[in-house]
Amino acid sequence: MIDVAIIGGGPAGVAAALQLKRRGVGRVAILEREENLGGVPRHCGHPPFGMHEFGRVLTGPAYARRLAVAAEAAGIEILHRHSVVGLRPGGVLEVATPEGRLELRALRVLLATGARESPRAARLLGGDRPLGVLNTGALQAHVFLHGTTPFRRPVVVGTELVSLSSLATCRGHGIRPVAVLEQGKRAVARWPLTVFPRLLRIPVYYGTEISEIRGAERVESVLLRDGREITCDGVLLTGHFVPEASLARMGHLAMDAGSGGPVTDQYGRCSDAAYFAAGNVLRGIETAGWSFREGTAIADYIADDLAGGLPYAEGAVEVLCGEGLRYALPQALARVAKLRGVMQLRVAEPMRGQLRVRAGEAVLYRRRLAVLPERRILLDLENIKLTNGVSQIIVELVA
Amino acid sequence: MFDVAVVGGGVVGCAVARRFTLQGARVLLLEKGADILCGASKGNSAILHTGFDAPAGSLELACMQAGYREYQEIHERLGLPLLESGAIVAAWNEEQHVKLAGIAAAAHDNGVADVRLISRDDILAREPALAETVLGGVLVPGEFLIDPWSAPMGYVLQALENGAEVRRNTEVLAGAFDKHWRLETSTGEVLARMVVNCAGLYGDVVDERLTGERKFTIKPRKGQFVVFDKAAARLLRTILLPVPEERTKGIVLTPTVFGNLLVGPTAEEQESRERADTDEATLRMLVGRAVEMLPALRTMPVTAIYAGIRPATEEKKYRVRHEPRQNYIVLGGIRSTGLTAALGLAQHAWDLYARAHEAVAAPVWPQAPRLAEHCPRDWQEPGYGEIICHCELVTRREIEAALAGPLPAQDWGGLKRRTRAGMGRCQGFYCNAALAALTAGRLRPPVAEVTHD
Repeated sequence: MIDVAIIGGGPAGVAAALQLKRRGVGRVAILEREENLGGVPRHCGHPPFGMHEFGRVLTGPAYARRLAVAAEAAGIEILHRHSVVGLRPGGVLEVATPEGRLELRALRVLLATGARESPRAARLLGGDRPLGVLNTGALQAHVFLHGTTPFRRPVVVGTELVSLSSLATCRGHGIRPVAVLEQGKRAVARWPLTVFPRLLRIPVYYGTEISEIRGAERVESVLLRDGREITCDGVLLTGHFVPEASLARMGHLAMDAGSGGPVTDQYGRCSDAAYFAAGNVLRGIETAGWSFREGTAIADYIADDLAGGLPYAEGAVEVLCGEGLRYALPQALARVAKLRGVMQLRVAEPMRGQLRVRAGEAVLYRRRLAVLPERRILLDLENIKLTNGVSQIIVELVA
Repeated sequence: MFDVAVVGGGVVGCAVARRFTLQGARVLLLEKGADILCGASKGNSAILHTGFDAPAGSLELACMQAGYREYQEIHERLGLPLLESGAIVAAWNEEQHVKLAGIAAAAHDNGVADVRLISRDDILAREPALAETVLGGVLVPGEFLIDPWSAPMGYVLQALENGAEVRRNTEVLAGAFDKHWRLETSTGEVLARMVVNCAGLYGDVVDERLTGERKFTIKPRKGQFVVFDKAAARLLRTILLPVPEERTKGIVLTPTVFGNLLVGPTAEEQESRERADTDEATLRMLVGRAVEMLPALRTMPVTAIYAGIRPATEEKKYRVRHEPRQNYIVLGGIRSTGLTAALGLAQHAWDLYARAHEAVAAPVWPQAPRLAEHCPRDWQEPGYGEIICHCELVTRREIEAALAGPLPAQDWGGLKRRTRAGMGRCQGFYCNAALAALTAGRLRPPVAEVTHD
């Protein structure tokens, strides 16, 4: 029997495994479907990664290698090319391996399957279906892992941090984007990063989007909402990250439509108490560093739980994400005398107003807030006092 | 000299090539595209129909029912899936509700005896996630789900393994009949005693090139579809058919053998026989329609969007014509029911052909790619190497098989139809680059340019 099985060997999964070993947990296994540990940073060929974890600035691939080396050294069982294909109640995993199918049982399971960008279909982006419509993650895998180049003159959609990093990736690999499109009136990433496209002499069009992709075999052009047509040979769809939470969605765990991830309490514990979740599977997305720290923190709770020291999951208070917010994590609060940790909130569009936590009509917490979608909002759980009768609280941002 | 030249490698052409080959004829299948199934056959709703709602006494009905029977006889030997889902024609308003009894009666007239009315309560007991606004329905237990790609692939593979020849990238440009056919194609001259025109969206064009006149006109009709995440599949087990309208079968909400949930198609007349594009407004309409029927879809992610083009004509019926003095058969205007009717149309064409050959005594039964979720998949067997497409669990062994064999994939679409690679929820976020590297030098156009090793 495995003590803790960790699904996914990215920053959150490896950090959790390391911490569990530090806490003296016996058998800790990482199930990684790829050949190597490291997760998404494996193909982010740019800094900064690892400042907090390894005390120096690394590129993604270097950071990923560090994670793998650390995991190896810590005595963690690393099961490469193990694809978890199903979750069953109580910590039973259905696993596909090149040597055959397995059923693995673990006392606790940590979901650390990360996040990915929304593809074309999920955006309902119409037009023809030519080759050359990709997410940044796929582009990075092309140029950094496989030595292939999917296009030369793409249109880049989005101005998130990842969008700007994709421009750097393009620049380093002989790809010259012809335009950057941003649906909003302003860039999502913050100044001074937003001047980056201009430095590369790439025109940025705000307040518009693609209405139609055109091309028979490969992308030939895109038609914009305003009627303009841009000639290009690819479309790079950046950002709009969503949790890669298919296992949870396909299985028996409760899901949160707002975050796109599984429902957890303040310990990262899912609706089946044998399962925990950490990292970007909880929401799209935070940095590798954040995911690493989150993996470490939730590993501590798992170690506490194995030692019988985690408060009961039963009778938890439900956290509802109210108006003005895209998601609120955690979605449940186990009842304890004094809440600790933070609640993570995000808005869908720029908002200014009062952040409020209430139980029915009773306001438990409030503060003024002006915030943009790309900024995480943290709410110290210590500020919230749960009284006995409360079974549900609402978090909202009221204009 | 071939006995028969089959023009067009859609589902009908593949079935015809199989039937004639098994009967002992020497068959050549000509496909102008880079792969079979690259026209009308590539996008449909993948239902094996009973013919319960087909026009009474029509050739379409006869071919559908013959095809329905033959598919069930052969599917296991070709490794083809059959998901016995059943269907409900659901009424959502009074106007539709009053039509149900007539639909059931027409089904009985068509010989589909097990069709019966089903009450609202029984529908909801069978499909608890369905919206409670459903008023009642007609249960059609024999409507089943199949795989739109592996089925024709199985047919053409069996033709190939038993002696037929397939030429892809070969367009029929002209033809003349004088005791036998002399076809001028883009890859050279072909001699054949008989021609069967299964050219789908170009059926009328080929008709004109061969006979000098167009006896029917293709009116391309586009249908857009939305595929929901696999998690949605457990919300519905039965095919949900609409009460039919004058022109089309209407919008269907159905599970698929791939473990998804599909909504569509629309019916949009257009000029182009090639352009199967989608548009956001229509896709939103389809999603909205699906959510009305199955409210839990409201928070379900969309996995894929696509469109198919049906070769409708100026008349609703199949445009089947035999010209015995010219040894020429046209199987034209085979619309949405073609997947079901293909095997039946092939039998019908063979009957029209009326010539004796010595049938293949012990035919080879090759195995079609195993793509259905309820059947054993390749990843479940050891030795697959690695999983390349994680969403659809497609293995390296499957990719390599698709690039080899008697009819290797030559383009991206062909690879997807043989393996499902890249068709899952991430749409290539994880696997696009790996697939590009694995298929380098094998597909045209290439997925990506190889810039360094």
